Amino acid sequence: MSRKSDEVTLMKGNEAIAHAAVRCGCDGYFGYPITPQSEILETLMEIEPWKTTGMVVLQAESEVASINMVYGAAGCGKKSMTTSSSPGVSLMQEGISYMAGAELPGVIVNVMRGGPGLGTIQPSQADYFQATKGGGHGDYRMPVLAPASVQEMADFTVLAFDLAFKYLTPAMILADGIIGQMMEKVVLPPFTPRRSEEEIRRECPWATLGKTQDRNPNYISSLELRSEEMEKINLRLQKRYREIEKNEVRYEEIQCEDADFIFVAFGTMARVCQKAVEIAREEGLKVGLIRPITLFPYPYNRIAELSEKVKGFISVEMSAGQMVEDVRLAVSGKVPVEFYGRMGGIVPSPEEVLNALKTKLL
Amino acid sequence: MTEEIIISGFGGQGVLSMGKILAYSGLVQGQEVSWMPSYGPEQRGGTANVTVILSNQRISSPVLNTYDTAIVLNQPSLDKFEPLVKPGGTLIFDGNGLHRLPVRTDINLYQINATEYAYANNSSKTINMIILGGLLKIRPIVEIENVLKGLKKTLPPRHHHLLPLNEQAIHTGMDLIMPYAV
Amino acid sequence: MNVKDIINPANLVYEKTTVMNDTPMHYCPGCSHGVVHKLLGEIIQEMDIQDKTIGVAPVGCGVFAYKYLDIDWQQAAHGRAPAVATAIKRLLPDRYVFTYQGDGDLAAIGTAETIHACSRGENIVFIYINNGIYGMTGGQMAPTTLPGMKSTTSPKGRDEKLEGHSLDMSKLLMHLDGVCYVTRQSVHTVASVRKTKRAIRKAFEYSMMNKGASVVEIVSTCSSGWRMSPADSNTWMEEHMFPVYAMGDLKDIE
Repeated sequence: MSRKSDEVTLMKGNEAIAHAAVRCGCDGYFGYPITPQSEILETLMEIEPWKTTGMVVLQAESEVASINMVYGAAGCGKKSMTTSSSPGVSLMQEGISYMAGAELPGVIVNVMRGGPGLGTIQPSQADYFQATKGGGHGDYRMPVLAPASVQEMADFTVLAFDLAFKYLTPAMILADGIIGQMMEKVVLPPFTPRRSEEEIRRECPWATLGKTQDRNPNYISSLELRSEEMEKINLRLQKRYREIEKNEVRYEEIQCEDADFIFVAFGTMARVCQKAVEIAREEGLKVGLIRPITLFPYPYNRIAELSEKVKGFISVEMSAGQMVEDVRLAVSGKVPVEFYGRMGGIVPSPEEVLNALKTKLL
Repeated sequence: MTEEIIISGFGGQGVLSMGKILAYSGLVQGQEVSWMPSYGPEQRGGTANVTVILSNQRISSPVLNTYDTAIVLNQPSLDKFEPLVKPGGTLIFDGNGLHRLPVRTDINLYQINATEYAYANNSSKTINMIILGGLLKIRPIVEIENVLKGLKKTLPPRHHHLLPLNEQAIHTGMDLIMPYAV
Repeated sequence: MNVKDIINPANLVYEKTTVMNDTPMHYCPGCSHGVVHKLLGEIIQEMDIQDKTIGVAPVGCGVFAYKYLDIDWQQAAHGRAPAVATAIKRLLPDRYVFTYQGDGDLAAIGTAETIHACSRGENIVFIYINNGIYGMTGGQMAPTTLPGMKSTTSPKGRDEKLEGHSLDMSKLLMHLDGVCYVTRQSVHTVASVRKTKRAIRKAFEYSMMNKGASVVEIVSTCSSGWRMSPADSNTWMEEHMFPVYAMGDLKDIE
């Protein structure tokens, strides 16, 4: 994709999501205000996309309503999304589970803040388990993308829709308050027109657009009371999750080639660890960073490969230690896997995480 | 070149917008930039701060705990950020309302009484531009013409008639800033 | 003359709507759902809008509504039908969109979604089946359960001091500016079935005139939940439900 330099703008991660949504042909946004992501709804209301692309933007009465509006729109084959922050995303779990069960595509953005409960509005990564292990009920997974820059907030909005429609599943962007609130340079995706109804009928033959003479009625449902049939649906979903695991693992490595020790971090913490790598290298320490971009599917295989040639890993998270369980699973006891984290909205500094690496692994 | 800056003061002093203008100026100059605000309830009256990084390379951490330059506009900000300036770095403070002044001798200290000047000249809205002018006098990290371009991007068109006033304020700040000796 | 001689077009006096299929219904004998389904099918056929109608099914006895009417359906999470319908109608404004909800779905767990969809003036139709009880789960107390009425969770009869009062959703919703039409009907006599059909058709027509939300409450029986025969249920409904949930239009902005 050609990106002319004059297209570079400066904006917040939250604003980038709003602009990217309009540009990638999103049909509907439904959301409810909550810090630190209200700029997404505010930006959409400011740019009034219903006057240009025809995209519907609606402030719902709750996060519960928002996610069910996404369900309704997705059931019509429309590209729809909602955004929230941790407490709001907890409220959406029922709807996400229903979307997974009904095999509906849609995008959910979680700009995480510290919990549990009402917690704090400051950044956190403590919703990792909720996002990657299935926060709602039942056996389901969904692609989870972890942006680490404003540019990725824009790019992953497009990617999340692509994955959602490719695999007929909800897809989540798991960001945090820093990525949402910070401004960086961004090149927005090019404008893609919203799909016409004919295109939707062709690409999503299951969509409820009205029963025409040439087909049977479509119905969107996650209900199946016959156990044998319900198990078949589950098996179909599981097969799809295995396909996602096979095809969609994404990660970034920074100076891992000769590394003795490797940071594992996503989102904001990956940026902080990247700085720690720079400092460590100046000090002559061979430190690298692996940044999982997809948290589901997780880069287990790559971390397992790296564990053959390094002396240890340290998972750095704004949580009490959640992703570290996946790192341990991948490393499988071959080398030490340590953890360093802060909670309550505190963002560890580069010096702090490097110090943790030295203390725990050297 | 990488310049890591913290700007901190009371909400309403124009701290976040000063950072934004700086970030836009860097953008206009073709630099990598990041602008990371504190976004808590302090926006509504308490102490607000913003971390601005300008660099010729990809910026790693947008969150820092040491800075090349700190600009502090109230006592809590001075108390919090004076210890976090890197040795050899720069601290710029507005003397208005301070009861404890900086004490470090391993950093470059500058005072700019922008608040006092602005109120005396009935232009309280330009405090942040005066301070920005002071910063650029001693740390010419961006060209003034790029600041004005940056300002034009951040100001809504209905406020573009204020551009000359802001340019004037930058020059005022350049005149006002002076070294401070402990 | 045998039966084949009788079944020929010349002798046809009544025909089931083709919008309703032949899937055997799971509803109990005497249940009102089947009648309301048939009315919806007839209206959709008469208005010739089968390809333009999208229904939203609830959680409750109506959960399988999509099995019986040959239109496109979405089955919503419990209480969320108005949110689902909102999105469908906003994205497909030239479609007829209705929710089909019971009193547990609309008046208990989905109260917020119901009130806000109505308040926003969504151009959708609410088909609201009120039988004062949770039928699907086996006869528990609903917000609409009458004072003194027995259910499995109010076995001694609903005690208003303990369990609160009956909730009259139609009376509540009629006050919202986004609502153009609120009516309360029943389907237990031939005359009432005809009136209900006219009401639903009017609501469908209003939804395409951008007048806002329409609520058609159908006060219904639940023989199984009430532990009565279908005939006794109808009598009990007239004697006990109608005094609390009075029949007729509550609001009609023509």
